[in-house]
Formats: sequence, C-alpha cells, structure tokens
Amino acid sequence: MSRVPVKRTAKLFIAGKFPRSESGRSYEVLANDGRPIARAAQASRKDLRDAVKAARSAQPGWAAMTAYNRGQILYRVAELMEGRREQFRSELADAGASDPDRGVDAAIDRWVWYAGWADKIGQVLGGTNPVAGPYYNFTVPEPTGVVGVVAPQDQSLLGLISRLAPAIVSGNTAVVLASERSPLPAISLAEVLATSDVPAGVVNILTGSTVELAPWLAGHMDVNALDVTGVPADLMAEVQTLAAENVKRLHSAPTSDPFSASAQSPYEVTALMEFKTVWHPIGA
Amino acid sequence: MTDAIQTPMPSWEYAPAPESTDIVKLADRYGLFIGGDFVDPKSGRWFETINPATEETLAEVAEAGPEDVGLAVDAARDAGTTWRGLAGSERAKYLFRIARALQERAREFAVLETMNGGKPIKESRDIDLPLAAAHFFYYAGWADKLEYAFPGRTPRPIGVAGQIIPWNFPMLMAAWKLAPALATGNTVVLKPAETTPLTALLLAEVIREAELPPGVVNIVTGAGQTGAALVAAPVDKIAFTGSTEVGKLIRRATAGTGKRLTLELGGKAANVVFEDAALDQAVEGVVNGIFFNQGHVCCAGSRLLVQEPVFEILIDKLKERLQTLRIGDPLDKNTDIGAINSRQQLDKIEELVASGVAEGAEMYQPFCDLPERGFWFRPTLFTGVSQSHRIAREEIFGPVLSILTFRTPEEAVEKANNSPYGLSAGVWTEKGSRILWMAERLRAGVVWANTFNRFDPASPFGGYKESGFGREGGLQGLEPYLAFDGGEI
Repeated sequence: MSRVPVKRTAKLFIAGKFPRSESGRSYEVLANDGRPIARAAQASRKDLRDAVKAARSAQPGWAAMTAYNRGQILYRVAELMEGRREQFRSELADAGASDPDRGVDAAIDRWVWYAGWADKIGQVLGGTNPVAGPYYNFTVPEPTGVVGVVAPQDQSLLGLISRLAPAIVSGNTAVVLASERSPLPAISLAEVLATSDVPAGVVNILTGSTVELAPWLAGHMDVNALDVTGVPADLMAEVQTLAAENVKRLHSAPTSDPFSASAQSPYEVTALMEFKTVWHPIGA
Repeated sequence: MTDAIQTPMPSWEYAPAPESTDIVKLADRYGLFIGGDFVDPKSGRWFETINPATEETLAEVAEAGPEDVGLAVDAARDAGTTWRGLAGSERAKYLFRIARALQERAREFAVLETMNGGKPIKESRDIDLPLAAAHFFYYAGWADKLEYAFPGRTPRPIGVAGQIIPWNFPMLMAAWKLAPALATGNTVVLKPAETTPLTALLLAEVIREAELPPGVVNIVTGAGQTGAALVAAPVDKIAFTGSTEVGKLIRRATAGTGKRLTLELGGKAANVVFEDAALDQAVEGVVNGIFFNQGHVCCAGSRLLVQEPVFEILIDKLKERLQTLRIGDPLDKNTDIGAINSRQQLDKIEELVASGVAEGAEMYQPFCDLPERGFWFRPTLFTGVSQSHRIAREEIFGPVLSILTFRTPEEAVEKANNSPYGLSAGVWTEKGSRILWMAERLRAGVVWANTFNRFDPASPFGGYKESGFGREGGLQGLEPYLAFDGGEI
C-alpha cells in the first residue's frame, strides 16, 4: 500500500508567522492543467492591515542595519532557495512554466544580484553636489518606508522576486500580494524567508483576490509606495486614484518579461527610494 | 526683559531707499504665448493682475480656456520633432542664451517680480533672479551629456510637458520647470500662477529673442481652471508645484491616463535647535527660515523645535531680532518683509493665526506700522504650541512661526517627523556626529544643518511623504523629464 503524502496548508505570511486569514476564507488553487493542487488562504482587508502594521514596525530596524548586513541577509535567501529548488521547480511546473529549472535558477540569481547592490546603490546613484557657495552638499538615496507590491499574475516566482528584492534591499519593508492564480511559489518563498535571517515583518505575503486587495493596499495611509506591476489594467485608474490620498509613489516593472536583461537594474531600487540632500556650511 | 523688548526701538529709522521702477516697461495687456507669438485668448476673457503692495492694477492678462490650452499643447507637440531632433549641444546653446539674457536683464526682472508678487527687492534681486539664471546655465550644460547621467540607461525625451507653477517664486519656479524639461528635449506648456503672471510673460520675450523654435515653450495664463484644462489636455507629463490639496487632485485626474507626474507640494518643516547650537547664528537661521519671502515658502522652517535648556534665551533673542525686521514697501532696498501675495492668502493666514489664538497658543508680534494699502502681516511667533494645534500641523504659508520644545534628540526626531509632510528640515548644533545622526533620521528631502533655505541648481530639491515626489535640481532633476525602458508611472 502506497504512503499517503502529507499535504501542505498554504497560509499567509505576516510578521514572520503563518496565520490563516482572519476571515476564515480560503480558495482552491489549480494547476495549469486544471488539477486542484492546494487551497490557499484568501486574505481580507484586516489581514492586509495587519501586514502593513507588521511592515511598519519592522521598517526602522531593517533600514538601520548596515548595508553590508542587509546584503548578506538577502544572499542567504538565495542559499536557502538552492536547498529547496526541487519544491520551487515542481510548483513552477504546476503553474505551467515552460522551463521550470530556468525559472528557479533566475530567481535565485536575482537575489544574489540585488544582495550585492545593498552597499553600492548610494555610491553609484548618490553623490556630492558642487553648489555655488561655501557649503558641503550631498545627496543620498534612502528607503521610502513601507512598499506595497502587487506581484505579476504570471511568472509567479521570478516575477515576484524581481519586484520584491529591489524593494527591500535598500531598507524598505514590503507587503506583497502574491499571484492569485499561482500563489504556491510565493508561499514557499515565505517559508524560505521565515527560516532565513530576514527579520520578521520585513516581507509579508498575502494570497487571495488581487481585485479585492489591491484597492485596500492602494488606499492604505501607512503605505508609502506601490509597485503596481501586477495590477490588472482595468483596475489601474482606481488604484492610482486611491494612491493619491497620501501621495504614494507608484512604480511598475520596466519589462513584462522578467528574464530579459532590463528586468534587473539599480534604478529598480532607487524607484522606491527618496533622495535626501544635506547642506552644511564650510568654515574654519 | 520681555516687557522691555516689546517697546519700539526709537532711533532705527531708515531713509526710504526705493528701487526705481523705470526699468520695467509694462504693456496694458498680455496675450497668451503660443507658437512663438502673443495671441488673444479664444476664451475672450482677460483678468487684471495687481501689485499686492499697493493694490494697483499693473496690466491685463489673458485667461486661457480649454481651447487655448489645446492650441498651446498642439504647438508644443508640433515643435517637439524639431526640438528633440536637435543635437544636444545645439539645444544647450539656446538655454545658455536664456541664462545670459536673464543675467543681463536681471534688474528688470527683479523689479517686475517684486511689483507683481510683493517680495522684497533684495530677495528678487539677490536670490530669485540669480538662481533662475543659474538654473538655465546648469541644465544647459546637461543637454549634450545626458548619456553620462544615467549609467546603463538610454534616456529619451518624454514629449510634451504641462507645467504648473506657484506664485511664491514665479521666475525661479519657471526656471526650475523649464530648464530641465528643455535640456532633455521636451517641449513645454507652462502655466504661471494667476496672481503673478508678469515675469513669465517677460520671460516669453526673452525666449523669443533667444530664437527658440516657435512652440518649444508656450505660456498660458489663468487660474485653477486653466491648470485643470492643462492637466486634462493630451500632454505626456505634468509637473506641478503647489499645495498638497491640489497635488492630490492632479494625481486623481491623471490616474489611469499614463501621464507621467511629479509633484512638489506643501511642507511644515521642523527647524531643530539644540542647546549647544551657536544661538546667534541659529536665530538668524530661524528668522531666515520662516520670514524669507513672507513665509510664502513650501520648505519654510515653520515649526521651531527648541531644546528646553535654551528655550527662554532663544525666544528672547528671537523677539529682539523681530523688532529689527523692516516690513513695508517691497521695492525698498532695506525691506525685510514685503507684502502678502494676495488678499486670499492674507485671509488664509489670518484664519490660521486666529485658530492658534483660539486653541490657546500665545502670540507675539513686534510693534511696527503697516502701510495703509496692500496686504500685510506682521512677523508672528507662537509659543505654548502643542503638536495637535492647527498652527503646528497645517501649512500657513505666511510669516508665522510655531514654537515647540523638546528634551532629547529622540524626542526632537519624533516631533519633527510627526507630520504628513516631509519637504525640508533644519538642525542647529555644534556637534558633528549629532548633525549626521539627525540628518539620517529626519524624513525630509532637504536637510539644512546650521543653515536654512539654501538653494542651488546643482542641489536636488523635493519631498518625502505628502510633500510630493520627484526631484528638481541636480542630476536627479533630469529624470522626471526622461523616458527609459518602461517602469515609470
């Protein structure tokens, strides 16, 4: 008699913990061929608010770490993903990826690439400014705070990591709405993050209805910026309208193909940062 | 002590030293600057623009309606092919010409700026105009060097930029908007503020004399409805400087349109004075921070946070300094505080100041006479202010300083950042490590340490949080006018 496999319950990832939705809702996840493969939590507005609160609490500490430290922590995420690559591979296969191995490779490499930017972004894109007077004047990029990430529906692993890694490497924390159709790679990533050195609350991942959750995220007054890559076209005007209330910064992926060369860029990091300029007189 | 310094100082009278207005030759009426010519508005409407220090009418100005705005956008669109097709080195030369012309005609512009806006001539002469010219000169030099500004990226112009500017620094804001937009190969429709259109229209003359191709810069005058028409017009980008309230309206109006947007909005900056600060310098910085340009400054240091041990001595020094400020004729070269820009703004200041008194804060104003005509407001201090008072939370945009206290650096940071705004901040201390510690923690786009209200074309300027997004000035100021491969909204 063959062994009965132990199935996973896919839950939300908030403040380093894995709660079910407070709403008690879940939804059926189908593989690309229509086969039911899991149930995922269907997050509510309350779950989203909890996630934002966790992200806000974690933000100052994450930003206060040295860039070297944040770089190592992101690199460690890549290490841990290597160890679970078979799981990611099979989830990508279920999601219909044409070449799951390539997807896993690229996703791991993306963490490594952005990890290296942690202590270089300010050198490359900040600088000193030669003002016409006796002042020392410099500009540094700083994290903007809490970033909402609406992950793309397809490319559920590489697409997500291509948005998340540049958002957090600078010291932002994130609330992610995972691909509604293929949430399992995002949940597996959450399980990797939970066992990594990424502090609780730096990344929070919600599964559920994008159409339901994206407007709540866009209108939340404690979210500073929004990556709208995964916002459906017919929802974009509403999301941008709601984002006006606290003047959120809006950004989206430079390309819909996360495998393309332009999908990773230091400008993806600074798009979710603020340039701060400091003046001080020079005098004896 | 307090009683003593509230009495007027007897013998500090200055003889009048008015700047002559002969250098300014005003027309009776100014049309819209579209396609390189001044044209009458299709709207058929005109409005009077006044001198806020005398309430005298200076000229009549066209009010652009939607049809006029549409024609200006068409002109900009038509000119785009020529302008972006020029070599960067050639575009640069046009901008250098404008910079030089502004330097040559600086006095004329400064006098007109003061006549139309009410700011002291010493500010328009020594700050607004030199900086405006410097801005054109700085960005002129970028026009043929853009490939060095963004390593790994290929920049290209966006297209037609609609630019809406405020009344507090009319010429300087026009320069901040036009110079980077033109250097990067965009064409422009600029809308000056309704109370201060005249220097922009004089700039149109300069632009024509510099022989910019017609339509590269178009200037449409009018009030909020003209601005709304520009936001709704088929432009590729909107750049707005003004109130947070209107900024949010523009964000909503452009939602889903794909128009690029940058917003430079309001502020409620904290100016933080530590007990070890050089207090006399700090007093000068505090005065400059809030009374520069009558406090009509989005980055004004309108919340003073004083460390408790030096509170009393600093307040005494401030009150003493306020007695020496000269308020009156903006054209007088000795004037420190000029006219409030408009009746509407004066009403707003008076309403907020009344709320400060009603909410229990203690008001101080120095003794001084005010001219009988025009719009004026005495420099004003409020002590006993709590963080919940409206005068501590809302942008007053006038010469009104709200003073709070703190004990520890952590408390200073907490209070300074306790605002939906985040445009600027000031720190006064002699301790270097504390300056950097504060600069790191203040959530503001510009931090002035042991100085305040300094500006330079090479220095990026712009806000955190509800003070807007995007930067103007410096290398970072190019990005809002460039397209790369996707990604921007």
